[in-house]
Amino acid sequence: MSGYFTDIKDGIWTVLVGMTITWKHMFVKKVTIQYPDVKRELPDRVRNRLYVNMDDCIGCDQCAKACPVNCITIETLKALPTDDLGSTSTGNKKRLWMPVFDIDIAKCCYCGLCVFPCPTECIEMTDVFEFSEYHRKDLVYHFGTMTPEEITVKRAEVEEYQREQDAKKAAAAAAAAAAKKAEADAAAAAKASEAANIPPDTTAPVS
Amino acid sequence: MESLLTSILGTNLLTTVIYCALPLVFVLTYALIAVLGEVKISAWMQDRLGPMRTGPWGIIQPLADVLKLLQKEDITPSASDKFLFNLAPFVTFMGSYAAFAAVPFSSQYIGASLDLGIFYVFAVGSIGVVGLMMAGWSSNNKYSMYGAMRSVAQIVSYEVPAAMALMIIVIYTGTLNLQDIIVAQGGGIWNWFVFGGPKADVVLASGRELQASWANLVFLPLFLATFVMYYVSALAETNRTPFDIPEAESELVSGYHTEYSGMKFAMFFMAEYANMFLVSVVASIAFFGGWQSPYGTTIGALVGVPWLSPVEEFLWLAFKGFFFVFVMIWLRWTLPRLRVDQLMYMCWKVLIPFSFGIALVVGFLVMIM
Repeated sequence: MSGYFTDIKDGIWTVLVGMTITWKHMFVKKVTIQYPDVKRELPDRVRNRLYVNMDDCIGCDQCAKACPVNCITIETLKALPTDDLGSTSTGNKKRLWMPVFDIDIAKCCYCGLCVFPCPTECIEMTDVFEFSEYHRKDLVYHFGTMTPEEITVKRAEVEEYQREQDAKKAAAAAAAAAAKKAEADAAAAAKASEAANIPPDTTAPVS
Repeated sequence: MESLLTSILGTNLLTTVIYCALPLVFVLTYALIAVLGEVKISAWMQDRLGPMRTGPWGIIQPLADVLKLLQKEDITPSASDKFLFNLAPFVTFMGSYAAFAAVPFSSQYIGASLDLGIFYVFAVGSIGVVGLMMAGWSSNNKYSMYGAMRSVAQIVSYEVPAAMALMIIVIYTGTLNLQDIIVAQGGGIWNWFVFGGPKADVVLASGRELQASWANLVFLPLFLATFVMYYVSALAETNRTPFDIPEAESELVSGYHTEYSGMKFAMFFMAEYANMFLVSVVASIAFFGGWQSPYGTTIGALVGVPWLSPVEEFLWLAFKGFFFVFVMIWLRWTLPRLRVDQLMYMCWKVLIPFSFGIALVVGFLVMIM
């Protein structure tokens, strides 16, 4: 019976205690961050959208190889000896044209593995996280700096040069082969004549 | 008030319609404020900000909600009883709105100054229960059905302690007229029933004299306990937390209005909020002096501006009503939901014995004093 009255007393008392707590909470500083107007400060090493500084990229393809989900696509063309692509800010000479440098950020898993192998530190993860699009294809970022016309021209040039080189190489190879053959012939002739000059074996026992 | 309207518009149907619709205007405005209050207070109590983007500090959020509800598709389940299904929200709202007819908003404005005021409020309020049962049953959905049964069972059982608590005040004043009960508490905050009732003789609106003295302080603990009991039962009657078992939004589908959408759902919502305000107003009438100001007079009477007094009285009643609605919201974000057995324990083993006991004691004291 005493438990009955204690329960009633406790019931009223604990309700009042709870109400005091909620009352106090009405006036504490609110934790809400009003997102689009106010943005929360992100940690320093946060990994979000990828960015490539194409001025520094040497087209080594290391990032594409490191990517576990294959979201980086790089195509390269060898620069002609006459082309001067300049050099990166780290002093590496650029030797490759890059018609294609695409990152499909929809595939990206934000692991950051592409960042570490880069010899010129040109690929990095930024703190930008607001990049939603209406179409998935808009999430493929084209970092390549060449226009389609430039790419066609350059491709043709490079192919032309390659063909020339091949022809030159073939000619050189042919010449080399001819020279070798001539040498071999000469050697064979010399050998033959030497063999002719050998005196009869006089040391052979006479039976 | 009625004579004022008649003098402006003449005696015709329009006057009557306007007179009847005045509380509706008030209830609609109140519902908007209460909805906003609910979202903002819940947010503040949880250290959040609540809606912030519709208007300054989100204050027109309830209007946006109403607009949304208006645009929503009005779905009637094909297997439901269409007539009852469509009728139910109106019956429920009518139940809570009709009760406002007997509520004295000020000394000059009361829909009908009934001698059976409290009885009428309780009786008409119960029509809403019929609406709930209609809604649950006609939806032809087991969850609606169970929700309605639980709602109705809870409301009906908690009406007993609520009515008993008010009966204690009625035993003391000897009248069911709400206007009389308010007049009995005139003259200052210490005369309110929650502080023991009038301390000097008062003449009621009906002309009867109520004898009282400072000996009435013996009623203070009794009436205070009565008020707590009434308020707890009122919470249960309006299906508010911690007694919102039939709806239990985090556990069940939403009770009897599972199948309702759009404006019909909004009608139930309105009825619920109107009910909240009704029980708050009844609590302030029976225990906190209704439209009486805490200092016993009005500024209008003091400075001799007769039309100001009723306005002030109305503001006092509205303030008290809003305060108790605020306490309901406050409790909602403080207390967890009761179990069904705890709910029944509270009603049958605590509230009802106590209310009967206090009624006996008050009756005895009234007899000998």
